[in-house]
Amino acid sequence: MSRETYLNIATLAVLAGVPLWAWMADEPFTITLATRAVIFALAGVGLNLALGLGGLVSLGHAAFFGIGGYAMGILASHAQSYTPLIEVPFVIEGTKSMIVIWLVAILASALAALAIGVLSLRTSGVYFIMITLAFGQMIYYFAISWPAYGGEDGLSIYLRNDFPGVNTLMPMQFFGLCFAILCLVLVGMNLLQKSAFGLALSAARQNETRVLSVGMEPYKLRLVAFVISGAITGLAGALFADLNRFVSPTMLSWQMSGEIMIFIIIGGVGRLFGPVIGAMIFILLEHVLGGLSEFWHVYLGALLLGIVLFAKGGVIGALAGREKAHD
Amino acid sequence: MTDTVLRVENLFKSFGALRATNDVSLDLRAGEIHALIGPNGAGKSTLIQQITGHLASDSGRVFLMEEDLAGIGPAGRARRGLGRTFQISSLAMEHTVLQNAVLGALGRRGHAMSFFKPVMKDVALLEAAHSALDQVGLAQHGAVRTADLSHGQRRQLEVAVALTLRPKVFLMDEPMAGLGLEGAQQMIGLLTELRNSAPILLIEHDMDAVFALADRISVLVYGEVIATGTPDEIRVNPEIRRAYLGDDVPL
Ligand SMILES: Nc1ncnc2c1ncn2[C@@H]1O[C@H](COP(=O)(O)OP(=O)(O)O)[C@@H](O)[C@H]1O
Ligand SMILES: [Mg+2]
Repeated sequence: MSRETYLNIATLAVLAGVPLWAWMADEPFTITLATRAVIFALAGVGLNLALGLGGLVSLGHAAFFGIGGYAMGILASHAQSYTPLIEVPFVIEGTKSMIVIWLVAILASALAALAIGVLSLRTSGVYFIMITLAFGQMIYYFAISWPAYGGEDGLSIYLRNDFPGVNTLMPMQFFGLCFAILCLVLVGMNLLQKSAFGLALSAARQNETRVLSVGMEPYKLRLVAFVISGAITGLAGALFADLNRFVSPTMLSWQMSGEIMIFIIIGGVGRLFGPVIGAMIFILLEHVLGGLSEFWHVYLGALLLGIVLFAKGGVIGALAGREKAHD
Repeated sequence: MTDTVLRVENLFKSFGALRATNDVSLDLRAGEIHALIGPNGAGKSTLIQQITGHLASDSGRVFLMEEDLAGIGPAGRARRGLGRTFQISSLAMEHTVLQNAVLGALGRRGHAMSFFKPVMKDVALLEAAHSALDQVGLAQHGAVRTADLSHGQRRQLEVAVALTLRPKVFLMDEPMAGLGLEGAQQMIGLLTELRNSAPILLIEHDMDAVFALADRISVLVYGEVIATGTPDEIRVNPEIRRAYLGDDVPL
Protein backbone atom coordinates (compact mmCIF):
# COMPACT_ATOMS: atom_id res chain seq x y z
CA MET A 1 0.00 0.00 0.00
CA SER A 2 1.13 3.53 -0.70
CA ARG A 3 1.83 6.09 1.97
CA GLU A 4 -1.23 7.98 0.86
CA THR A 5 -3.41 4.93 1.48
CA TYR A 6 -2.06 4.61 5.03
CA LEU A 7 -2.68 8.29 5.56
CA ASN A 8 -6.25 7.93 4.30
CA ILE A 9 -6.95 5.03 6.62
CA ALA A 10 -5.49 6.93 9.56
CA THR A 11 -7.66 9.91 8.66
CA LEU A 12 -10.81 7.80 8.69
CA ALA A 13 -9.75 6.22 11.98
CA VAL A 14 -9.33 9.62 13.63
CA LEU A 15 -12.54 10.92 12.12
CA ALA A 16 -14.49 7.94 13.50
CA GLY A 17 -12.41 7.53 16.67
CA VAL A 18 -12.80 11.02 18.09
CA PRO A 19 -16.61 10.98 18.27
CA LEU A 20 -16.51 7.40 19.51
CA TRP A 21 -14.32 8.54 22.37
CA ALA A 22 -16.53 11.59 22.91
CA TRP A 23 -19.56 9.35 23.05
CA MET A 24 -18.03 7.24 25.79
CA ALA A 25 -16.81 10.32 27.64
CA ASP A 26 -20.26 11.86 27.24
CA GLU A 27 -19.10 14.90 25.26
CA PRO A 28 -21.92 15.39 22.74
CA PHE A 29 -20.53 18.71 21.54
CA THR A 30 -17.41 17.01 20.25
CA ILE A 31 -19.60 14.56 18.36
CA THR A 32 -21.40 17.49 16.77
CA LEU A 33 -18.06 19.01 15.77
CA ALA A 34 -17.00 15.74 14.19
CA THR A 35 -20.32 15.57 12.35
CA ARG A 36 -19.70 19.07 11.05
CA ALA A 37 -16.29 17.96 9.81
CA VAL A 38 -17.81 14.94 8.07
CA ILE A 39 -20.44 17.06 6.33
CA PHE A 40 -17.94 19.72 5.29
CA ALA A 41 -15.70 16.94 4.02
CA LEU A 42 -18.57 15.62 1.91
CA ALA A 43 -19.21 19.08 0.48
CA GLY A 44 -15.50 19.29 -0.31
CA VAL A 45 -15.44 15.86 -1.95
CA GLY A 46 -18.15 17.16 -4.25
CA LEU A 47 -16.24 20.31 -5.17
CA ASN A 48 -12.99 18.36 -5.47
CA LEU A 49 -14.39 16.42 -8.42
CA ALA A 50 -14.89 19.66 -10.33
CA LEU A 51 -11.86 21.49 -8.97
CA GLY A 52 -9.25 18.80 -8.47
CA LEU A 53 -10.01 16.33 -11.22
CA GLY A 54 -11.72 18.65 -13.67
CA GLY A 55 -9.70 21.82 -13.02
CA LEU A 56 -12.92 23.84 -12.73
CA VAL A 57 -12.40 26.58 -10.19
CA SER A 58 -15.99 27.03 -9.08
CA LEU A 59 -16.57 29.83 -6.61
CA GLY A 60 -20.28 29.09 -6.60
CA HIS A 61 -20.52 25.73 -4.91
CA ALA A 62 -22.31 27.25 -1.92
CA ALA A 63 -25.27 27.45 -4.30
CA PHE A 64 -25.50 23.65 -4.31
CA PHE A 65 -24.76 23.41 -0.60
CA GLY A 66 -27.55 25.89 0.06
CA ILE A 67 -29.99 24.33 -2.39
CA GLY A 68 -29.50 21.02 -0.60
CA GLY A 69 -30.05 22.83 2.68
CA TYR A 70 -33.22 24.51 1.48
CA ALA A 71 -34.49 21.24 0.03
CA MET A 72 -34.37 19.94 3.57
CA GLY A 73 -35.69 23.16 5.11
CA ILE A 74 -38.64 23.55 2.77
CA LEU A 75 -39.76 19.92 2.86
CA ALA A 76 -39.38 19.64 6.63
CA SER A 77 -41.02 22.97 7.42
CA HIS A 78 -44.08 22.01 5.42
CA ALA A 79 -44.17 18.68 7.18
CA GLN A 80 -43.98 20.26 10.62
CA SER A 81 -46.72 22.80 9.82
CA TYR A 82 -48.87 20.20 8.06
CA THR A 83 -49.24 22.42 4.99
CA PRO A 84 -48.62 21.14 1.49
CA LEU A 85 -45.87 22.73 -0.63
CA ILE A 86 -48.25 23.21 -3.49
CA GLU A 87 -51.87 22.29 -4.08
CA VAL A 88 -52.31 22.96 -7.79
CA PRO A 89 -52.06 21.23 -10.15
CA PHE A 90 -51.50 18.42 -7.67
CA VAL A 91 -50.73 18.26 -3.99
CA ILE A 92 -47.13 17.89 -2.83
CA GLU A 93 -46.75 17.40 0.89
CA GLY A 94 -43.67 18.11 2.96
CA THR A 95 -41.76 15.22 4.44
CA LYS A 96 -39.62 14.32 7.42
CA SER A 97 -38.06 11.36 5.65
CA MET A 98 -34.33 11.88 5.25
CA ILE A 99 -34.16 9.54 2.29
CA VAL A 100 -36.75 11.52 0.37
CA ILE A 101 -35.11 14.77 1.41
CA TRP A 102 -31.69 13.56 0.24
CA LEU A 103 -33.07 12.49 -3.11
CA VAL A 104 -34.76 15.85 -3.58
CA ALA A 105 -31.58 17.66 -2.49
CA ILE A 106 -29.48 15.65 -4.93
CA LEU A 107 -31.92 16.17 -7.77
CA ALA A 108 -32.40 19.90 -7.15
CA SER A 109 -28.69 20.65 -6.82
CA ALA A 110 -27.90 18.49 -9.85
CA LEU A 111 -30.42 20.43 -11.92
CA ALA A 112 -29.00 23.72 -10.68
CA ALA A 113 -25.50 22.50 -11.55
CA LEU A 114 -26.70 21.50 -14.98
CA ALA A 115 -28.17 24.93 -15.63
CA ILE A 116 -25.17 26.81 -14.23
CA GLY A 117 -22.77 24.42 -15.95
CA VAL A 118 -24.38 24.79 -19.37
CA LEU A 119 -24.08 28.54 -19.09
CA SER A 120 -20.64 28.81 -17.53
CA LEU A 121 -18.56 25.92 -18.89
CA ARG A 122 -18.19 27.60 -22.27
CA THR A 123 -15.85 29.98 -20.50
CA SER A 124 -12.67 29.15 -18.69
CA GLY A 125 -10.12 30.62 -16.35
CA VAL A 126 -11.04 33.77 -14.54
CA TYR A 127 -14.33 34.15 -16.42
CA PHE A 128 -15.48 30.79 -15.16
CA ILE A 129 -14.66 31.82 -11.60
CA MET A 130 -16.59 35.05 -12.00
CA ILE A 131 -19.63 33.44 -13.61
CA THR A 132 -19.94 30.73 -10.97
CA LEU A 133 -19.54 33.41 -8.30
CA ALA A 134 -22.24 35.50 -9.96
CA PHE A 135 -24.68 32.59 -10.15
CA GLY A 136 -24.00 31.78 -6.53
CA GLN A 137 -24.71 35.36 -5.50
CA MET A 138 -27.87 35.43 -7.58
CA ILE A 139 -29.27 32.46 -5.71
CA TYR A 140 -28.08 33.95 -2.40
CA TYR A 141 -29.97 37.21 -3.02
CA PHE A 142 -32.97 35.29 -4.17
CA ALA A 143 -33.07 33.34 -0.88
CA ILE A 144 -32.67 36.55 1.13
CA SER A 145 -35.61 38.17 -0.58
CA TRP A 146 -37.91 35.15 -0.53
CA PRO A 147 -40.10 35.72 2.53
CA ALA A 148 -42.03 32.45 2.25
CA TYR A 149 -39.04 30.56 3.65
CA GLY A 150 -37.71 32.98 6.21
CA GLY A 151 -35.81 35.35 3.96
CA GLU A 152 -32.71 36.60 5.67
CA ASP A 153 -33.65 34.94 8.98
CA GLY A 154 -33.73 31.47 7.57
CA LEU A 155 -35.86 28.51 8.55
CA SER A 156 -35.84 26.57 11.79
CA ILE A 157 -36.84 22.93 11.99
CA TYR A 158 -37.80 21.68 15.45
CA LEU A 159 -36.92 18.04 15.11
CA ARG A 160 -34.31 16.26 13.10
CA ASN A 161 -35.73 14.29 10.19
CA ASP A 162 -36.27 10.55 10.27
CA PHE A 163 -34.21 7.68 9.02
CA PRO A 164 -35.51 4.13 9.40
CA GLY A 165 -33.97 2.37 12.38
CA VAL A 166 -31.94 5.36 13.51
CA ASN A 167 -32.65 7.79 16.33
CA THR A 168 -31.37 10.81 14.46
CA LEU A 169 -31.57 13.06 17.52
CA MET A 170 -28.84 11.03 19.20
CA PRO A 171 -25.64 12.79 18.12
CA MET A 172 -23.67 9.57 17.74
CA GLN A 173 -26.32 7.96 15.57
CA PHE A 174 -26.63 10.98 13.33
CA PHE A 175 -22.85 11.08 13.09
CA GLY A 176 -22.83 7.44 12.04
CA LEU A 177 -25.31 8.16 9.30
CA CYS A 178 -23.27 11.07 7.93
CA PHE A 179 -20.03 9.12 8.23
CA ALA A 180 -21.50 6.18 6.34
CA ILE A 181 -22.58 8.49 3.53
CA LEU A 182 -19.14 10.08 3.37
CA CYS A 183 -17.49 6.65 3.15
CA LEU A 184 -19.86 5.55 0.41
CA VAL A 185 -19.21 8.67 -1.60
CA LEU A 186 -15.45 8.28 -1.12
CA VAL A 187 -15.64 4.73 -2.43
CA GLY A 188 -17.60 5.96 -5.44
CA MET A 189 -15.17 8.82 -6.01
CA ASN A 190 -12.22 6.46 -5.82
CA LEU A 191 -13.77 4.33 -8.55
CA LEU A 192 -14.65 7.38 -10.60
CA GLN A 193 -11.07 8.68 -10.50
CA LYS A 194 -9.86 5.40 -11.96
CA SER A 195 -12.65 5.06 -14.50
CA ALA A 196 -12.68 5.96 -18.17
CA PHE A 197 -14.52 9.14 -17.22
CA GLY A 198 -11.91 10.05 -14.61
CA LEU A 199 -9.06 9.49 -17.05
CA ALA A 200 -10.69 11.62 -19.74
CA LEU A 201 -11.77 14.37 -17.34
CA SER A 202 -8.34 14.77 -15.84
CA ALA A 203 -6.78 14.64 -19.30
CA ALA A 204 -9.09 17.50 -20.29
CA ARG A 205 -7.78 19.45 -17.29
CA GLN A 206 -4.19 18.85 -18.35
CA ASN A 207 -4.60 19.37 -22.06
CA GLU A 208 -7.91 20.20 -23.67
CA THR A 209 -6.51 20.03 -27.19
CA ARG A 210 -5.32 16.48 -26.65
CA VAL A 211 -8.78 15.35 -25.58
CA LEU A 212 -10.38 17.02 -28.58
CA SER A 213 -7.86 15.36 -30.88
CA VAL A 214 -8.88 11.90 -29.78
CA GLY A 215 -12.51 12.72 -30.46
CA MET A 216 -13.87 13.56 -27.03
CA GLU A 217 -15.60 16.79 -25.99
CA PRO A 218 -14.08 18.38 -22.88
CA TYR A 219 -17.27 20.42 -22.48
CA LYS A 220 -19.39 17.29 -22.06
CA LEU A 221 -16.95 15.70 -19.64
CA ARG A 222 -16.87 18.85 -17.56
CA LEU A 223 -20.61 19.29 -17.58
CA VAL A 224 -21.15 15.76 -16.28
CA ALA A 225 -18.45 16.30 -13.65
CA PHE A 226 -19.99 19.61 -12.61
CA VAL A 227 -23.44 18.02 -12.20
CA ILE A 228 -22.14 15.12 -10.10
CA SER A 229 -20.04 17.57 -8.13
CA GLY A 230 -23.02 19.83 -7.43
CA ALA A 231 -25.19 16.88 -6.45
CA ILE A 232 -22.70 15.65 -3.85
CA THR A 233 -22.29 19.12 -2.38
CA GLY A 234 -26.08 19.44 -2.38
CA LEU A 235 -26.41 16.22 -0.40
CA ALA A 236 -23.91 17.61 2.10
CA GLY A 237 -26.07 20.73 2.34
CA ALA A 238 -29.13 18.67 3.27
CA LEU A 239 -27.15 16.94 6.01
CA PHE A 240 -25.77 20.24 7.26
CA ALA A 241 -29.24 21.68 7.54
CA ASP A 242 -30.34 18.61 9.43
CA LEU A 243 -27.36 18.84 11.77
CA ASN A 244 -28.22 22.42 12.66
CA ARG A 245 -31.96 21.99 12.24
CA PHE A 246 -31.67 25.34 10.60
CA VAL A 247 -31.08 26.68 7.15
CA SER A 248 -30.38 30.27 6.16
CA PRO A 249 -28.93 32.20 3.21
CA THR A 250 -25.52 31.97 4.93
CA MET A 251 -25.25 28.48 3.45
CA LEU A 252 -25.49 30.11 0.01
CA SER A 253 -22.96 32.86 0.62
CA TRP A 254 -19.73 33.21 -1.28
CA GLN A 255 -17.86 32.84 2.01
CA MET A 256 -19.29 29.34 2.18
CA SER A 257 -18.01 28.63 -1.34
CA GLY A 258 -14.62 29.88 -0.24
CA GLU A 259 -14.60 27.67 2.85
CA ILE A 260 -15.40 24.56 0.85
CA MET A 261 -12.52 25.42 -1.44
CA ILE A 262 -10.26 26.04 1.54
CA PHE A 263 -10.86 22.50 2.86
CA ILE A 264 -9.58 21.18 -0.44
CA ILE A 265 -6.57 23.46 -0.61
CA ILE A 266 -5.53 22.59 2.95
CA GLY A 267 -5.86 18.84 2.41
CA GLY A 268 -4.64 18.61 -1.16
CA VAL A 269 -6.31 19.54 -4.43
CA GLY A 270 -7.39 16.50 -6.43
CA ARG A 271 -6.49 14.05 -3.66
CA LEU A 272 -9.28 11.69 -2.69
CA PHE A 273 -8.97 12.53 1.00
CA GLY A 274 -7.87 16.14 0.52
CA PRO A 275 -11.20 17.67 1.52
CA VAL A 276 -11.57 15.19 4.41
CA ILE A 277 -8.27 16.13 6.01
CA GLY A 278 -8.86 19.77 5.14
CA ALA A 279 -12.29 19.86 6.76
CA MET A 280 -10.96 18.17 9.89
CA ILE A 281 -8.15 20.69 10.22
CA PHE A 282 -10.56 23.53 9.55
CA ILE A 283 -12.95 22.40 12.28
CA LEU A 284 -10.06 21.86 14.65
CA LEU A 285 -8.70 25.35 14.03
CA GLU A 286 -12.13 26.90 14.21
CA HIS A 287 -12.72 25.21 17.54
CA VAL A 288 -9.28 25.53 19.18
CA LEU A 289 -8.19 28.91 17.82
CA GLY A 290 -11.75 30.22 17.80
CA GLY A 291 -11.80 29.60 21.55
CA LEU A 292 -8.56 31.55 22.01
CA SER A 293 -9.20 34.51 19.78
CA GLU A 294 -11.98 36.02 17.74
CA PHE A 295 -9.47 36.59 15.03
CA TRP A 296 -8.80 32.94 14.33
CA HIS A 297 -9.38 33.52 10.65
CA VAL A 298 -6.06 35.34 10.60
CA TYR A 299 -4.31 32.13 11.61
CA LEU A 300 -6.34 30.20 9.11
CA GLY A 301 -5.24 32.69 6.48
CA ALA A 302 -1.62 32.27 7.49
CA LEU A 303 -1.91 28.48 7.29
CA LEU A 304 -3.51 28.74 3.89
CA LEU A 305 -0.81 31.05 2.62
CA GLY A 306 1.87 28.72 3.95
CA ILE A 307 0.30 25.76 2.18
CA VAL A 308 -0.15 27.58 -1.09
CA LEU A 309 3.42 28.85 -1.00
CA PHE A 310 5.29 25.87 0.39
CA ALA A 311 3.15 22.76 0.08
CA LYS A 312 1.29 22.80 -3.18
CA GLY A 313 -0.10 19.33 -2.65
CA GLY A 314 -1.59 20.40 0.68
CA VAL A 315 -1.18 18.30 3.81
CA ILE A 316 -1.42 15.06 1.83
CA GLY A 317 1.18 16.25 -0.64
CA ALA A 318 3.52 17.16 2.20
CA LEU A 319 3.06 13.84 4.00
CA ALA A 320 2.63 11.38 1.15
CA GLY A 321 4.45 13.02 -1.72
CA ARG A 322 3.44 13.62 -5.29
CA GLU A 323 0.35 11.91 -6.51
CA LYS A 324 0.93 8.67 -8.32
CA ALA A 325 -0.83 8.36 -11.62
CA HIS A 326 -3.91 6.21 -11.06
CA ASP A 327 -3.54 2.77 -12.48
CA MET B 1 -11.17 10.72 -57.79
CA THR B 2 -12.47 7.54 -56.21
CA ASP B 3 -9.37 6.94 -54.17
CA THR B 4 -9.26 10.45 -52.74
CA VAL B 5 -9.59 10.17 -48.98
CA LEU B 6 -9.11 13.78 -47.94
CA ARG B 7 -9.75 16.79 -50.13
CA VAL B 8 -8.98 20.39 -49.23
CA GLU B 9 -10.50 23.13 -51.36
CA ASN B 10 -9.52 26.78 -51.39
CA LEU B 11 -8.65 27.17 -47.72
CA PHE B 12 -7.88 30.66 -46.47
CA LYS B 13 -6.75 31.81 -43.06
CA SER B 14 -5.51 35.25 -42.07
CA PHE B 15 -4.07 36.42 -38.77
CA GLY B 16 -4.70 40.13 -39.01
CA ALA B 17 -2.95 41.29 -42.12
CA LEU B 18 -0.94 38.09 -42.40
CA ARG B 19 -2.25 35.52 -44.87
CA ALA B 20 -1.13 32.28 -43.26
CA THR B 21 -2.88 30.13 -45.83
CA ASN B 22 -3.93 31.55 -49.15
CA ASP B 23 -6.25 29.51 -51.37
CA VAL B 24 -4.79 26.13 -50.53
CA SER B 25 -6.17 23.11 -52.34
CA LEU B 26 -4.76 19.62 -52.17
CA ASP B 27 -5.82 16.04 -51.81
CA LEU B 28 -4.67 12.88 -50.13
CA ARG B 29 -5.13 9.56 -51.86
CA ALA B 30 -5.45 6.07 -50.43
CA GLY B 31 -2.10 4.50 -49.65
CA GLU B 32 0.06 7.53 -50.23
CA ILE B 33 2.35 9.73 -48.25
CA HIS B 34 1.83 13.29 -49.35
CA ALA B 35 4.55 15.53 -48.00
CA LEU B 36 3.96 19.20 -47.36
CA ILE B 37 7.18 21.17 -47.39
CA GLY B 38 8.04 24.82 -47.24
CA PRO B 39 10.04 27.31 -45.24
CA ASN B 40 9.30 28.19 -41.62
CA GLY B 41 6.18 30.31 -41.35
CA ALA B 42 4.86 29.13 -44.71
CA GLY B 43 1.55 28.12 -43.11
CA LYS B 44 1.99 24.34 -42.92
CA SER B 45 0.90 23.99 -39.32
CA THR B 46 -1.92 26.45 -39.86
CA LEU B 47 -3.19 24.31 -42.71
CA ILE B 48 -3.19 21.19 -40.54
CA GLN B 49 -5.05 23.07 -37.80
CA GLN B 50 -7.65 24.15 -40.34
CA ILE B 51 -8.09 20.61 -41.59
CA THR B 52 -8.49 19.21 -38.09
CA GLY B 53 -10.88 21.97 -37.08
CA HIS B 54 -8.71 23.38 -34.31
CA LEU B 55 -8.62 26.61 -36.27
CA ALA B 56 -11.71 27.96 -38.02
CA SER B 57 -11.03 28.70 -41.67
CA ASP B 58 -11.92 32.09 -43.15
CA SER B 59 -13.21 30.21 -46.15
CA GLY B 60 -12.73 26.99 -48.05
CA ARG B 61 -13.84 23.44 -47.50
CA VAL B 62 -12.50 20.14 -46.26
CA PHE B 63 -13.91 16.78 -47.33
CA LEU B 64 -13.18 13.45 -45.70
CA MET B 65 -14.38 10.57 -47.84
CA GLU B 66 -16.57 13.08 -49.69
CA GLU B 67 -18.18 14.26 -46.44
CA ASP B 68 -18.06 18.04 -46.02
CA LEU B 69 -16.60 18.71 -42.58
CA ALA B 70 -17.97 22.26 -42.38
CA GLY B 71 -19.42 23.00 -38.97
CA ILE B 72 -17.84 19.96 -37.35
CA GLY B 73 -15.44 20.67 -34.49
CA PRO B 74 -12.07 19.03 -33.86
CA ALA B 75 -13.53 16.22 -31.72
CA GLY B 76 -16.10 15.36 -34.35
CA ARG B 77 -13.44 15.36 -37.05
CA ALA B 78 -11.26 13.09 -34.98
CA ARG B 79 -14.19 10.71 -34.51
CA ARG B 80 -14.75 10.71 -38.27
CA GLY B 81 -11.20 9.60 -38.83
CA LEU B 82 -8.71 12.48 -38.73
CA GLY B 83 -5.75 11.35 -36.67
CA ARG B 84 -3.08 13.93 -36.05
CA THR B 85 0.16 14.67 -34.31
CA PHE B 86 1.25 18.12 -33.18
CA GLN B 87 4.39 20.01 -34.05
CA ILE B 88 4.73 20.83 -30.37
CA SER B 89 3.80 17.73 -28.40
CA SER B 90 0.35 17.99 -26.93
CA LEU B 91 -0.16 15.29 -24.34
CA ALA B 92 -1.62 14.83 -20.88
CA MET B 93 1.67 15.41 -19.11
CA GLU B 94 0.67 14.14 -15.65
CA HIS B 95 -0.68 10.89 -17.04
CA THR B 96 1.58 7.97 -17.76
CA VAL B 97 2.56 7.03 -21.28
CA LEU B 98 0.16 4.10 -21.16
CA GLN B 99 -2.65 6.31 -19.91
CA ASN B 100 -2.18 8.66 -22.85
CA ALA B 101 -2.39 5.72 -25.22
CA VAL B 102 -5.47 4.38 -23.42
CA LEU B 103 -7.02 7.83 -23.76
CA GLY B 104 -6.65 7.50 -27.50
CA ALA B 105 -8.15 4.01 -27.48
CA LEU B 106 -11.01 5.41 -25.43
CA GLY B 107 -11.55 8.08 -28.05
CA ARG B 108 -11.67 5.36 -30.67
CA ARG B 109 -14.35 3.59 -28.62
CA GLY B 110 -16.36 6.79 -28.85
CA HIS B 111 -17.39 7.52 -25.28
CA ALA B 112 -15.89 7.95 -21.84
CA MET B 113 -19.11 7.87 -19.87
CA SER B 114 -18.16 4.86 -17.80
CA PHE B 115 -17.85 5.80 -14.15
CA PHE B 116 -17.08 2.76 -12.04
CA LYS B 117 -15.02 0.29 -14.08
CA PRO B 118 -11.24 0.75 -13.75
CA VAL B 119 -10.16 1.95 -17.17
CA MET B 120 -6.61 0.70 -16.76
CA LYS B 121 -7.94 -2.84 -16.38
CA ASP B 122 -9.99 -2.73 -19.56
CA VAL B 123 -8.42 -5.46 -21.66
CA ALA B 124 -9.57 -4.18 -25.05
CA LEU B 125 -8.30 -0.64 -24.39
CA LEU B 126 -5.02 -1.92 -22.98
CA GLU B 127 -4.45 -4.16 -25.96
CA ALA B 128 -4.91 -1.28 -28.40
CA ALA B 129 -2.70 0.97 -26.28
CA HIS B 130 0.08 -1.55 -25.85
CA SER B 131 0.16 -2.43 -29.51
CA ALA B 132 0.42 1.25 -30.48
CA LEU B 133 3.22 1.85 -27.97
CA ASP B 134 4.94 -1.23 -29.28
CA GLN B 135 4.76 0.04 -32.85
CA VAL B 136 6.47 3.33 -32.01
CA GLY B 137 9.06 1.73 -29.76
CA LEU B 138 7.70 2.87 -26.40
CA ALA B 139 6.71 -0.57 -25.15
CA GLN B 140 9.15 -0.35 -22.26
CA HIS B 141 7.99 3.08 -21.15
CA GLY B 142 4.30 2.56 -20.43
CA ALA B 143 4.59 3.31 -16.73
CA VAL B 144 6.64 6.50 -17.17
CA ARG B 145 5.00 9.81 -16.42
CA THR B 146 4.69 11.64 -19.72
CA ALA B 147 6.33 14.75 -18.32
CA ASP B 148 9.44 12.64 -17.69
CA LEU B 149 9.78 11.55 -21.31
CA SER B 150 12.49 12.95 -23.54
CA HIS B 151 11.51 15.21 -26.37
CA GLY B 152 11.89 12.45 -28.92
CA GLN B 153 9.84 10.01 -26.87
CA ARG B 154 7.04 12.52 -26.66
CA ARG B 155 7.00 12.67 -30.46
CA GLN B 156 6.75 8.90 -30.54
CA LEU B 157 3.91 8.96 -28.04
CA GLU B 158 2.07 11.50 -30.19
CA VAL B 159 2.21 9.05 -33.05
CA ALA B 160 1.17 6.17 -30.81
CA VAL B 161 -1.93 8.05 -29.63
CA ALA B 162 -2.85 8.78 -33.25
CA LEU B 163 -2.42 5.08 -34.00
CA THR B 164 -4.85 4.03 -31.28
CA LEU B 165 -7.54 6.03 -33.09
CA ARG B 166 -7.11 3.89 -36.20
CA PRO B 167 -7.88 6.95 -38.30
CA LYS B 168 -8.77 7.18 -41.96
CA VAL B 169 -5.96 9.68 -42.53
CA PHE B 170 -2.91 10.73 -40.58
CA LEU B 171 -1.94 14.39 -40.39
CA MET B 172 1.56 14.60 -39.01
CA ASP B 173 3.24 17.85 -38.17
CA GLU B 174 6.99 17.27 -38.15
CA PRO B 175 6.94 13.89 -36.41
CA MET B 176 10.70 13.51 -36.85
CA ALA B 177 11.79 16.86 -35.47
CA GLY B 178 14.34 16.33 -32.72
CA LEU B 179 14.32 12.55 -32.94
CA GLY B 180 17.98 12.03 -33.69
CA LEU B 181 19.33 9.80 -36.40
CA GLU B 182 18.20 6.46 -35.01
CA GLY B 183 14.80 7.75 -33.96
CA ALA B 184 14.26 9.28 -37.37
CA GLN B 185 15.15 6.01 -39.07
CA GLN B 186 12.63 4.21 -36.86
CA MET B 187 9.97 6.79 -37.65
CA ILE B 188 10.61 6.44 -41.38
CA GLY B 189 10.14 2.70 -41.04
CA LEU B 190 6.94 3.23 -39.10
CA LEU B 191 5.47 5.71 -41.57
CA THR B 192 6.23 3.32 -44.40
CA GLU B 193 4.13 0.69 -42.63
CA LEU B 194 1.38 3.11 -41.70
CA ARG B 195 0.65 4.36 -45.19
CA ASN B 196 -0.99 0.99 -45.87
CA SER B 197 -3.55 1.47 -43.10
CA ALA B 198 -4.20 5.13 -43.87
CA PRO B 199 -2.64 7.78 -46.09
CA ILE B 200 -0.41 10.36 -44.46
CA LEU B 201 -0.20 14.10 -44.94
CA LEU B 202 3.31 14.67 -43.69
CA ILE B 203 4.95 17.94 -42.79
CA GLU B 204 8.66 17.40 -42.61
CA HIS B 205 11.81 19.49 -42.77
CA ASP B 206 14.24 16.66 -43.28
CA MET B 207 14.48 16.54 -47.10
CA ASP B 208 16.19 13.16 -47.12
CA ALA B 209 13.21 11.70 -45.29
CA VAL B 210 10.74 13.54 -47.49
CA PHE B 211 12.26 12.40 -50.74
CA ALA B 212 12.65 8.86 -49.43
CA LEU B 213 9.08 8.57 -48.19
CA ALA B 214 6.77 10.76 -50.21
CA ASP B 215 4.70 9.66 -53.18
CA ARG B 216 3.80 13.28 -53.81
CA ILE B 217 5.08 16.55 -52.48
CA SER B 218 3.36 19.91 -52.21
CA VAL B 219 5.40 23.02 -51.68
CA LEU B 220 3.88 25.77 -49.58
CA VAL B 221 5.41 29.24 -49.67
CA TYR B 222 3.80 32.28 -48.07
CA GLY B 223 0.58 30.34 -47.61
CA GLU B 224 0.30 29.29 -51.23
CA VAL B 225 0.88 25.91 -52.82
CA ILE B 226 3.38 26.75 -55.55
CA ALA B 227 3.70 23.19 -56.82
CA THR B 228 2.49 19.65 -56.30
CA GLY B 229 4.18 16.67 -57.89
CA THR B 230 6.18 13.52 -57.55
CA PRO B 231 9.54 13.79 -55.80
CA ASP B 232 11.27 13.72 -59.17
CA GLU B 233 9.15 16.55 -60.53
CA ILE B 234 9.73 18.64 -57.41
CA ARG B 235 13.43 17.93 -57.35
CA VAL B 236 14.04 19.37 -60.78
CA ASN B 237 11.60 22.30 -60.58
CA PRO B 238 13.87 25.37 -60.82
CA GLU B 239 11.39 27.68 -59.13
CA ILE B 240 11.24 25.45 -56.07
CA ARG B 241 14.99 25.06 -55.95
CA ARG B 242 15.22 28.81 -55.87
CA ALA B 243 12.40 29.38 -53.39
CA TYR B 244 13.12 26.63 -50.97
CA LEU B 245 15.32 23.67 -51.65
CA GLY B 246 18.48 25.54 -52.50
CA ASP B 247 21.35 23.17 -53.04
CA ASP B 248 20.42 20.79 -50.20
CA VAL B 249 18.83 18.31 -52.54
CA PRO B 250 21.06 16.99 -55.27
CA LEU B 251 19.56 16.90 -58.73
N1 LIG C 1 -2.39 31.88 -33.76
C1 LIG C 1 -1.66 32.70 -34.56
N2 LIG C 1 -1.78 34.03 -34.44
C2 LIG C 1 -1.06 34.85 -35.23
N3 LIG C 1 -0.19 34.43 -36.16
C3 LIG C 1 -0.02 33.12 -36.30
C4 LIG C 1 -0.74 32.17 -35.51
N4 LIG C 1 -0.36 30.93 -35.88
C5 LIG C 1 0.54 31.08 -36.87
N5 LIG C 1 0.74 32.39 -37.13
C6 LIG C 1 1.62 32.92 -38.16
O1 LIG C 1 1.21 32.34 -39.38
C7 LIG C 1 2.33 32.02 -40.16
C8 LIG C 1 2.31 30.56 -40.50
O2 LIG C 1 2.62 29.82 -39.35
P1 LIG C 1 2.69 28.25 -39.33
O3 LIG C 1 1.46 27.71 -39.94
O4 LIG C 1 3.01 27.83 -37.96
O5 LIG C 1 3.94 27.98 -40.28
P2 LIG C 1 4.79 26.66 -40.51
O6 LIG C 1 4.15 25.54 -39.77
O7 LIG C 1 4.78 26.47 -41.98
O8 LIG C 1 6.17 26.95 -40.00
C9 LIG C 1 3.55 32.45 -39.39
O9 LIG C 1 3.95 33.73 -39.84
C10 LIG C 1 3.07 32.51 -37.98
O10 LIG C 1 3.78 33.47 -37.24
MG1 LIG D 1 4.83 24.39 -38.28
